[in-house]
Amino acid sequence: MSLFFSLLFIVATLVLVIGLARKIFQYARTPAPLKIPTMPAPINQAGVVMRLFREVVFFESLFKSTKWTWLFGWMFHLGLLLVLLRHLRYFMDPVWLPIQLIQPFGKYAGFAMVIGLAGLLVRRIFVDRVRYISSPSDYLWLVILIVIGFSGLMMSFVVHTDVVMVKSFFVGLLGFDFGTLPLDLPLMVHLLLVALLMLLFPFSKLLHVPGLFFSPSRNQVDNPREKRHIAPWAKAMEDQQS
Amino acid sequence: MAKADFETPELHEYVDVPAVTEGTMAHLSPFVAKPDHNTDLNFPPQLVEDWHARALDKLDDLRSRYRGLQVYLDSCVKCGSCTDKCHYFLGTKDPKNMPVGRQDLLRKVYRRYFTFAGKYFPKLVGAEDLTRDTLDEWYSYYHQCSQCRRCSVFCPYGIDTAEISMAAREILDSIGYGQKYCNEIIAKLNKIGNNLGLPGPALQDTLEGLEEDVEDDTGVAVKYPLDQKGADILLVTPSADFFAEPHVDGLIGYGKVFHEAGVSWTLSSYASEAANFGMFIGSYENMRRVSLRIRKAALDLGVKRIVFGECGHAWRVAYSFLNTLAGPFDFLDPDYPVPQHILEFTWDQIQKGNLKFDKSANDDKVLTFHDSCNVARATRMGNKPGGQFEIPRNVIKAVCNNYVDMHHETIGERTFCCGGGGGLLTDDLMEIRVKGALPRMTALRNAMEEEGVTHMAAICAICKSQFTKVLPYYGMDMDQIVSVHQLVSDAIILTGQDDDEDGEESENEGEA
Ligand code: HEM
Ligand code: HEM
Ligand code: SF4
Ligand code: SF4
Repeated sequence: MSLFFSLLFIVATLVLVIGLARKIFQYARTPAPLKIPTMPAPINQAGVVMRLFREVVFFESLFKSTKWTWLFGWMFHLGLLLVLLRHLRYFMDPVWLPIQLIQPFGKYAGFAMVIGLAGLLVRRIFVDRVRYISSPSDYLWLVILIVIGFSGLMMSFVVHTDVVMVKSFFVGLLGFDFGTLPLDLPLMVHLLLVALLMLLFPFSKLLHVPGLFFSPSRNQVDNPREKRHIAPWAKAMEDQQS
Repeated sequence: MAKADFETPELHEYVDVPAVTEGTMAHLSPFVAKPDHNTDLNFPPQLVEDWHARALDKLDDLRSRYRGLQVYLDSCVKCGSCTDKCHYFLGTKDPKNMPVGRQDLLRKVYRRYFTFAGKYFPKLVGAEDLTRDTLDEWYSYYHQCSQCRRCSVFCPYGIDTAEISMAAREILDSIGYGQKYCNEIIAKLNKIGNNLGLPGPALQDTLEGLEEDVEDDTGVAVKYPLDQKGADILLVTPSADFFAEPHVDGLIGYGKVFHEAGVSWTLSSYASEAANFGMFIGSYENMRRVSLRIRKAALDLGVKRIVFGECGHAWRVAYSFLNTLAGPFDFLDPDYPVPQHILEFTWDQIQKGNLKFDKSANDDKVLTFHDSCNVARATRMGNKPGGQFEIPRNVIKAVCNNYVDMHHETIGERTFCCGGGGGLLTDDLMEIRVKGALPRMTALRNAMEEEGVTHMAAICAICKSQFTKVLPYYGMDMDQIVSVHQLVSDAIILTGQDDDEDGEESENEGEA
């Protein structure tokens, strides 16, 4: 069983890293032939960095729109961030000081994450417009994340697992050293779904993570009059015609 | 389809987000292009036999050339933020007019043929086969989008449904299923030089008529030159400015401003159109072909600057794309941005004190301003972000005493489209035009009742035409829509003007 998990996580990591890298490479390679930032837009690169920063950290555009979605979505993502940071302790020895410091918050961030997800799920089910645009996968993502969070919280607060053993398994795995895991049900569920999430990430809407950074309506500088912007294929077409 | 066989929505204090009602607009599609209009634009004359393969090839081609399209197709998380932002959804209740609903029409096909999840688990991710019905659905709903970009403001990733609509229309054109209105107009422009098909002599006539009118009115010989070599400024303006009310009053205003600024300027018969419908059909090639006319006119006439008249999407193509499509403009005067908006020009002259106004000339009106969608969300004026909102208002306030804004959620970057943009300004789409105007009509009506507004100024030929048609459906008056330069024209005091002898000529020449 532990061997299965070892292999599973190696495969999942490979799929996640290679899959994402391929997508990022595809986005980076594809030109944006026209200047299409949503205006008013920043007029220099520093402004663009700030715009993206506000989008990533505060979900600025979403905030302009629907406060409830913003609230739940932001709770979920902030919780997720803290939880993931807290999880880094399973992968390093000794544990980096900042990661040690957030441990107490991280523990409760799990609740924020699950409450946020539950709010998003309720919205998806009860708001007719959101229900209309949802396919099964949209519900499943929320369910998967809720179950990951719930099983994690179970381990933190109800049926503790042997975290020392979990840690030595994953630190070992980083050096391709196949260890053993405590075979508790919540941990099995937790890890299986985490592996599933990693496997599906590059093929799903979770591509919103790289997508945000490559979105021309958000990452372009508003300077078309000052600087000529031309894509390689457009240049080639021009040269051919003149 | 000409007569109203639909109900105009009622105006209430607020536009309530409607309950989703499927299929309310499925019946509406614009007329299909005639074969020779398609071939004029290098598209197949009619729907090709192998449309299935060719449509997919085109989609694949486009997503490899437009990063926006690829990223937008992948990134949507179905958060629902955009669902209540489209004026066409608010006016029709049809969920396929929700921005994400509209995107999904293309996205479901993208997923089915180009993604792992869609190939192997189509049901799970809502992927669907491309069928003949899909094409009709695309044709219908991608022509119910005015490419106004309101949705993109509120999407956490900036997903711009306008880009998706353009791509879908490009795919449809590439298999010979183009829209009559847009393709006919582009073909006409390529042949004659403007969307209305007005040949050079007709333009000459009109302009001479304007010169007479202005002289009768003011006693000042303001010139409206055409094809004048060696002029400093080439003015490119939407062809509606040459003949229809209230557009033409704007053109009269531009001429008066140029006259008072003391600059030499000219129109061109070869490039007598600011509008560029190549953008609406998402065709880079056609958009470029149209743009190159302006470059050629500027070179042939030997001008130093290019200024654009009042038009929304035209200003988008001009401001954001012209340098890309038809640049570099290194043969023009580097001291001025290329191109400039007429409002940038006028505002600059006002700030320099070169223009004199009698604001009371507009005292019969209480004004408000409609931010045109393309100007607001796809361009800028001046050198600060947001200048596209400030400069038009500054100019209006400089020439009018009574100005109020409409509700803040309906202006600026959140402005609602007039309902007729993006190639929808045709009678066969009247139903969606009227219904899509609901949010703007509501805001205007509220401003009329609460603030006593009488007129709404706009800086877009499409907005002006659309409102002229649509205001009466909502029980308002078609004359309530005015051009910004019409207001300028009414208030400006020309040097040496009959009814106002204010001494010797001011020597200010601007910095031309
Ligand atoms: C740069 C990092 C990220 C940013 C800026 C970001 C941003 C967003 C935003 C703005 C939304 C829409 C609002 C909402 O529904 O919450 C969203 C949705 C979502 N995000 Fe992220 N996200 C990030 C990372 C992640 C990661 C790492 C995951 C997965 C583990 C994730 C999973 C999701 C899911 C599942 C949804 C859909 C929620 C729903 O169904 O309503 N996000 N994200
Ligand atoms: C290989 C990756 C992971 C491992 C080995 C792992 C393991 C664990 C363990 C052992 C706990 C219990 C902590 C304790 O008892 O104090 C836990 C808790 C938790 N896990 Fe994970 N987990 C992983 C990935 C994830 C991911 C990707 C998520 C979120 C999407 C997540 C969400 C949670 C949450 C919310 C908790 C409860 C709060 C907390 O203790 O931080 N885990 N996880
Ligand atoms: S671009 Fe405008 S018309 Fe098109 S879907 Fe978005 S909001 Fe609606
Ligand atoms: S706001 Fe953007 S991410 Fe959200 S549903 Fe609309 S298009 Fe998709």
